Amino acid sequence: MLDFVQQLVSGVALGCVYGLIALGFVLVYKATEVVNFAQGDLMMLGGFFAFTFIGMMGLNYWIGFAGAVAAMALFGMLAERVVVRPILGYPQFSIIMATIGLGYFLRSVAGMIWGTDDLKIETPFSQGVLRMGSLVLAYDKLSVIAATMILCTLLWLFFNKTTLGTAMRASSENMLAAYYMGIPVKRVVSVVWAISAAVATCAGVLLAPITFIHSNVGLVLGLKAFPAAVLGGFGSIPGAVVGGVLIGVIESMAGFYLPEGWKDVAPYVVLLTVLLLKPEGLFGLHVRKKV
Amino acid sequence: MRFLFKTDYEDDIKLFPHSGYVVSYGILLALLLIAPYALSSYLMSQLVFVCIYAIVGVALLILTGFTGQASLGHAAFLAIGAYTAAYLQTYNVPFPVYFLAAGLLTGIIGAMVGFPALRLTGIYLVIATISFALIVEEILARWESVTNGNEGMRVKTLSLLGVAVPRDSPTFYYLCLAVLVLTIVGTLNLLRSPTGRAFVAIRDSETAARSMGVNVALYKVKSFAISAAITGFAGVLFAHKLSFISPEMFTLQLSIEFIIVILIGGTFSLHGAVLGAIFIVMIDPFLTYLKDDMPGIIAGIAAAFGASTGTAGNIQSSVAAFASLNGLKGAIYGIIIVLFVLFEPLGLYGRWLKIKLFFQLFPLYKRATFKRQKIYVKSERNR
Repeated sequence: MLDFVQQLVSGVALGCVYGLIALGFVLVYKATEVVNFAQGDLMMLGGFFAFTFIGMMGLNYWIGFAGAVAAMALFGMLAERVVVRPILGYPQFSIIMATIGLGYFLRSVAGMIWGTDDLKIETPFSQGVLRMGSLVLAYDKLSVIAATMILCTLLWLFFNKTTLGTAMRASSENMLAAYYMGIPVKRVVSVVWAISAAVATCAGVLLAPITFIHSNVGLVLGLKAFPAAVLGGFGSIPGAVVGGVLIGVIESMAGFYLPEGWKDVAPYVVLLTVLLLKPEGLFGLHVRKKV
Repeated sequence: MRFLFKTDYEDDIKLFPHSGYVVSYGILLALLLIAPYALSSYLMSQLVFVCIYAIVGVALLILTGFTGQASLGHAAFLAIGAYTAAYLQTYNVPFPVYFLAAGLLTGIIGAMVGFPALRLTGIYLVIATISFALIVEEILARWESVTNGNEGMRVKTLSLLGVAVPRDSPTFYYLCLAVLVLTIVGTLNLLRSPTGRAFVAIRDSETAARSMGVNVALYKVKSFAISAAITGFAGVLFAHKLSFISPEMFTLQLSIEFIIVILIGGTFSLHGAVLGAIFIVMIDPFLTYLKDDMPGIIAGIAAAFGASTGTAGNIQSSVAAFASLNGLKGAIYGIIIVLFVLFEPLGLYGRWLKIKLFFQLFPLYKRATFKRQKIYVKSERNR
């Protein structure tokens, strides 16, 4: 029983990691209907920025963290301006390919600049564990769980309660109509990319003690976060976190109870099954087609 | 400019609309047939890879280009074809039998993937095919009694009707070329048949196709099965060309490469698959060539513009250092993909059509002919 609870807790922690990355996917998708395959690589780049500020320039952890988030927000806007804006409104396939290309580029350039070694950031919660009875939970994982919950709530409030959030939802429904209503659609899209890159950076920095930073971390984790977003129903913020937690728990349970090899496959098997039964994911909206 | 007058449907679906086609494709085929006597063995080897990639490209075009179902899992179909060949070979099954068996098995598995894919569209379909590919990759690594796990399998030399065909021989090239030509002709015939018309109708609007009486589910599964089967045939050739296969060859990276093949070539015509395959296979030797020769050339140019010998030497060494940076290839890859999506969405074949039209219409060509329509409304985008 204790084993089960311990696996469950570490699964939830792992799942929050996926959920945090999936949040970035969902944000961009929700506001612009763009599927950003480079999200994991934005996260990787955020981690490297933070490493530069904290590890190389010796800044305070929190200042470096904030600096990395700000720098990546600007970078997100730049990426949007250069790669996404010219093809906004074209078929999804083109945009997916463009972001795959962007991901290739970012991975290689990061490898060139920061090398191919695993890098590590010293954080206030790198050491120490929380003990509850006989349950053990490391602080670094707790920090990820906390950050995921906070960011998820903030973003949900932002999308549903603020004017800017409503403007984003409106421009996702119909860019032209939103523009006629006075919403500066281009600026809105640009802001969304900034937010999404900032969220990705949070994920990158918080993950640094757990997974380390190397140029392929984005690809590896992105491939797990992506099913998480799909499982939750692309375009639902709580869905991303629930999907992430589900994938994380399945992965850690399969690693513990099933024979070797199932750990990596089980999330995808579950994903395919869910898609078979509910093609729009768990929390997705069913979109009616106009003929 | 030539005007083609069509008086009935038969005219419209002719394989060769006019004699120019016969002449130009005849010349191309003749050149390809004498290629082994003119090209170096390295280039011949690359040409075989072009054939294999082009076969997969055609398969992907049927599914993605003409039926509108994106797939990032074609490396898995290639793997299934390759492993079927390698496994049946250990039982001394003759080549024609395992070649067909590989295609058949991959086709059946493709149809099985097609069923769950029926209800999925867009991004959900992409992620489902990625999941399928990752699962296949893991099965290949774990099912050791059949696939020999991560140690991989040796593939014996191909023997056709009792004659050994080494993987570097011209005969092997002719075999690949024959499969490619047969695939292309077969696909062209498929596309002008009712099945192909139904595929295109589904791509353009599923609802409209359904209301015209097209059985959407049936044709989607057919498209998956045909595309997978062709990829399976390519897998057999791939296995023989490499003579050794292991699970880590058939990763997501390879699936993305196949998508890039049709993206760069152009997704609306079979020419695109071939042009894209040439591009993807030849970019490697081209980059190697640049890496080896570019520093000298740039230094030479600098010297010609009056730089001193010392400066030219510095330039040469710094360019060489830049060219040998790790990961430069990935960066160039990424830039190429982004540039194609942004500036040449119709691919290389689209560029060729534009150039052709420019000369045909000479002073009257206008860019707007090829302008794509932008769709800003969500409900219209989700077709």
